[in-house]
Amino acid sequence: MTTRDYDDVPGTYVLDSRTYRRGYHLNMFLMTLNKAECREEFSQDEAGYLAKFKLSDEQKQAVLDREYLSLLHLGANVYYAFKLVSHDRKPPQVMYGQMSRPELSFEEFQKMMLSGGRPIEGNRYKDESNG
Amino acid sequence: MAKIIAGMGTSHVPGVGAAMDNGKTDEAYWQPLFAGFQPLRDWHKDNVPDVNIIVFNDHATSYSLDNYSTFTIGVGEEFIPADEGWGPRKVPNLKGHPELAWHLVESLMADEFDMAVAGSLEVDHGCTVPLSIAYDQPDEWPTSVIPLCVNVIQHPLPTAMRCYKLGQAIGRAVASFPDDITVGIWGTGGLSHQLGGERAGVVNPEFDKTFLDNLTADPLANAKIPHTDFIRDAGCEGIEMIMWNVMRGALNDKVNEIYRFYHIPVSATAYGAIILENTD
Repeated sequence: MTTRDYDDVPGTYVLDSRTYRRGYHLNMFLMTLNKAECREEFSQDEAGYLAKFKLSDEQKQAVLDREYLSLLHLGANVYYAFKLVSHDRKPPQVMYGQMSRPELSFEEFQKMMLSGGRPIEGNRYKDESNG
Repeated sequence: MAKIIAGMGTSHVPGVGAAMDNGKTDEAYWQPLFAGFQPLRDWHKDNVPDVNIIVFNDHATSYSLDNYSTFTIGVGEEFIPADEGWGPRKVPNLKGHPELAWHLVESLMADEFDMAVAGSLEVDHGCTVPLSIAYDQPDEWPTSVIPLCVNVIQHPLPTAMRCYKLGQAIGRAVASFPDDITVGIWGTGGLSHQLGGERAGVVNPEFDKTFLDNLTADPLANAKIPHTDFIRDAGCEGIEMIMWNVMRGALNDKVNEIYRFYHIPVSATAYGAIILENTD
């Protein structure tokens, strides 16, 4: 498979052709949550709604469990994943913190940002990564 | 002849719109940000153009994996705020400017920029939050708007240089529009931030400062930044900064920096704003 020169950036998921193909149906499902009637239908029966899309069992389970980092591994893009956390009426920092390694609570993520954000030092290359 | 009077760069974080829409701007978290908006809003009050070209990106709202264009111009009479998953923002609809928008399309195509044309476009926070930052909460927006979407999500993206050159072509196009109207151009998004993955929350004030300095002093330096440098040094979503190059390219070679504001954090981002006035 073609490699990219950003593949050595730690903890980073670029929506390129590899992710696009892996996550097509997952992201297209997430996209439907822009519509109020789809959000309603999903709320009523999450598994039943997911069955309408060509998702792998792993992808379905990650959606049901709100495992956001797994969703990225399975091809979701963060802007599409945003639709799920919005559907749950939770602030996005819940998702950002859950994806972080080590994992952070909402409060811990807010605190990190309020103290200047995650430093770039030590986070540019996988072989120097703190995470 | 139409004339570009100024450019603005600003982040377009959805939380800023939500804070305004839900009356939270006096809270301690938001207060420093809205204090920093005040000089920018004062400038906008005195410098209202007939139309603003707003360069922004759609965030899986109107466009998604099934159909995505690199550059899109909205040519409609009106644009409505989109439902992005939590209901549409209750802000005024945007009045379009079809005459200038179509002139841009024709001029840019002749200049070898193959633009997608949107007659109908529901605009997300990328477009409405900058309007709220500049104009607060009016009953209607004080200018017409031409939305110009850039793909900064689904790779391959246009290069930073391509965005700068698109801006230059927009500058030529506006200068050749026969009506005597004034035009503003806004580059939105950024600054350094990463929303997804184990590294979520990464920011880089040093990178941002150099980028802001170079907007005035050396815009070509910003146009030469490779995508991977943005991703590595400014975060995966920091690459939105290439849209500021469109804004800068549309201005004259020499500009005056009128105002700059930088603040961490807004949600998971480094917020930045700048106003650049054209010099004759």
